[in-house]
Amino acid sequence: MARQHKRVILVDADIGLRNLDLVLGIEKRIVFDLVEVVEGRCQLRQALIKDKRFESLAVVPAAQTRDKQAVSEAQMAQLVDELAEWCDYVLIDCPAGIEHGFRNAVAGAGEAIVVTTPEVSAIRDADRVIGKLSERRLPIRLIINRIRPEMVRAGEMMSVDDVCDILSAELLGIIPDDEEIIDTTNRGEPIVLDPTKRLALIYHKIARRLEGELVPFTNLAAPSFFERIFGAWKAG
Amino acid sequence: MIQPDTQSEPNVHGADGSAAPARRGRAIVVTSGKGGVGKTTTTANLGVALAQRGAKVALVDADVGLRNLDIVLGLENRIRFHLLDVLEGRASLDDALIGDKRVGTLSLLAAAQSREKDDVETEQMRGLVERLRERFDYVIVDSPAGIEKGFANAVVGAEEAIIVCTPEVSSVRDADRVVGLLGHRFSPQLIINRVRPGLVKRGKMLSVEDVNEILRLPLLGVLADEPDVIVATNRGEPVALDAASRIGSAYRAIAARMAGEDVPVPMPRREESFFSRLGALFR
Amino acid sequence: MFDLFDFLSRLFRPQGSSETAKERLRLVLLSDHLQLAPDVVEALKRDLIDVISKYVEVDTQSCEVTFEQRDRKVAMLANIPILSMKVRTLDSPGAEAAPHVEQPEPRTAVLEEPVGEEPLETPGPVTAPSHALAAAPRPRRRRRKRGTAPKPA
Repeated sequence: MARQHKRVILVDADIGLRNLDLVLGIEKRIVFDLVEVVEGRCQLRQALIKDKRFESLAVVPAAQTRDKQAVSEAQMAQLVDELAEWCDYVLIDCPAGIEHGFRNAVAGAGEAIVVTTPEVSAIRDADRVIGKLSERRLPIRLIINRIRPEMVRAGEMMSVDDVCDILSAELLGIIPDDEEIIDTTNRGEPIVLDPTKRLALIYHKIARRLEGELVPFTNLAAPSFFERIFGAWKAG
Repeated sequence: MIQPDTQSEPNVHGADGSAAPARRGRAIVVTSGKGGVGKTTTTANLGVALAQRGAKVALVDADVGLRNLDIVLGLENRIRFHLLDVLEGRASLDDALIGDKRVGTLSLLAAAQSREKDDVETEQMRGLVERLRERFDYVIVDSPAGIEKGFANAVVGAEEAIIVCTPEVSSVRDADRVVGLLGHRFSPQLIINRVRPGLVKRGKMLSVEDVNEILRLPLLGVLADEPDVIVATNRGEPVALDAASRIGSAYRAIAARMAGEDVPVPMPRREESFFSRLGALFR
Repeated sequence: MFDLFDFLSRLFRPQGSSETAKERLRLVLLSDHLQLAPDVVEALKRDLIDVISKYVEVDTQSCEVTFEQRDRKVAMLANIPILSMKVRTLDSPGAEAAPHVEQPEPRTAVLEEPVGEEPLETPGPVTAPSHALAAAPRPRRRRRKRGTAPKPA
């Protein structure tokens, strides 16, 4: 989104298990964190880390040596409201589970993106989360991650349609399983930085969809006649 | 460092001449910090593998509200009562424990699905695990992701810990954090899951040595990223049940190591790629 | 590129695990949503068929009771083939008067609660949709004139 010149602030709500910093490669630049802001030990602006690669991207890191009880839902909501005045998008990285950390992350949000993989346990958990989000009347969109078209073809993995059908959620993106992301994460260089990478293109499309653009889902590989019927290969 | 299969020897007479409690099984928590790395799959398969060796095994799903141990084991349709039913007195342990029909000595205590982790008192969990230890050789608790109340509940009754991580920076970092939180009470052992030897060879994925250098934990086993596991979960048939499955064999080797046998750490083969394993599905 | 071998092997292979996964997931999510244990869902289906069988004779082999989820709301759908109306005796609760009217082939019918005290005239031909929502049967308000089709439920 920042590449598309939107002003974006990322918030790592996974207190105690922070990782957004690592994935972005800014882990060495953390001075203040979310909990310190909430406890008034620094200004919100001081905790914001501006990304050197993207003009309009900044991050509020989580605390690592605290736990999720250190912040309340009301405090999170207030923090996010404040951030929202300075940017077009606040993206909150929610911790796993449906406990206090989840409730905190959701507290400030006006919409939700649920990420799942096409596996039984993940879908079941996604369903439960969708239920909880629906209780709060949050609009929900779904990203299906780590889909393996060859396994879908072989009938050994659920397809995009299967997952959407079971979860009854609006599809935002389909991300295939891709080796490249492991390497880029290792190096702290988000894959979106490299426009030649397949996943970079896909993330860009998702960003455009978030902006309201109608972007069709791409084919991963040229489908055979029968595959066109069975629909095993979509991504984007 | 392999844990020998210690169970307290039955003491016929205590110091005051009274009969001491008989055997006490091992209580192990499987945890990770990071979600989606294979805790539940590992709990299920280790349970199966240990039970296949004749041990009496109880698997406890501590992921209240997000239960999955039942569905990974394929026992989801047989749940009558769950953990909270037992803790709140609506059912006895016998009512709630589900015996696996495929492996006679394996039982499951399912989590509640429409309750919250906050509903479980940590001390109650400790008591429950104690009671299970009196009846089973192994009580293995499947921890939820994270380090919140659910994790604390899963850990409280355990004496041993298995940490599951994948060879990815976030997962290793979370595992490291969990080791810190587990504290001195535990000497956790490590299972590294979803290794892709091809990627490791090309320097695109952390190697087992890399991970071990950071975490410095005794290594129980290393499992490759293979399609069998996805298929197995789809079917509700843990890979350890399949004599032909390589991952199944790895889990069996891990079980043997846990039982004190001098079995080398199972490792994925260096050349195999995900796609060549996929071809095996067609046969 | 069309792979004949792949296509044929897919046709003849036993059900792929993704189909199994889907079925299992649907059932599990249903019971998660209804907060009912899976065996209770099955018992509910059986009880439903039993209750309906008290009023009409049903083809239990062909009964289908499914749950449909739309936007996270669950509805129960029942397709209950009816073989014949039950003969009314002093004991059977409000069974329809059968008859001297010859019952044709099995047909499905709209479920309606039989009247009870009000004796019915011989029912005319029943026209009905092919399946009905298994809602609680509604009590009939007035006597039905001979030859008039009942209002659909």
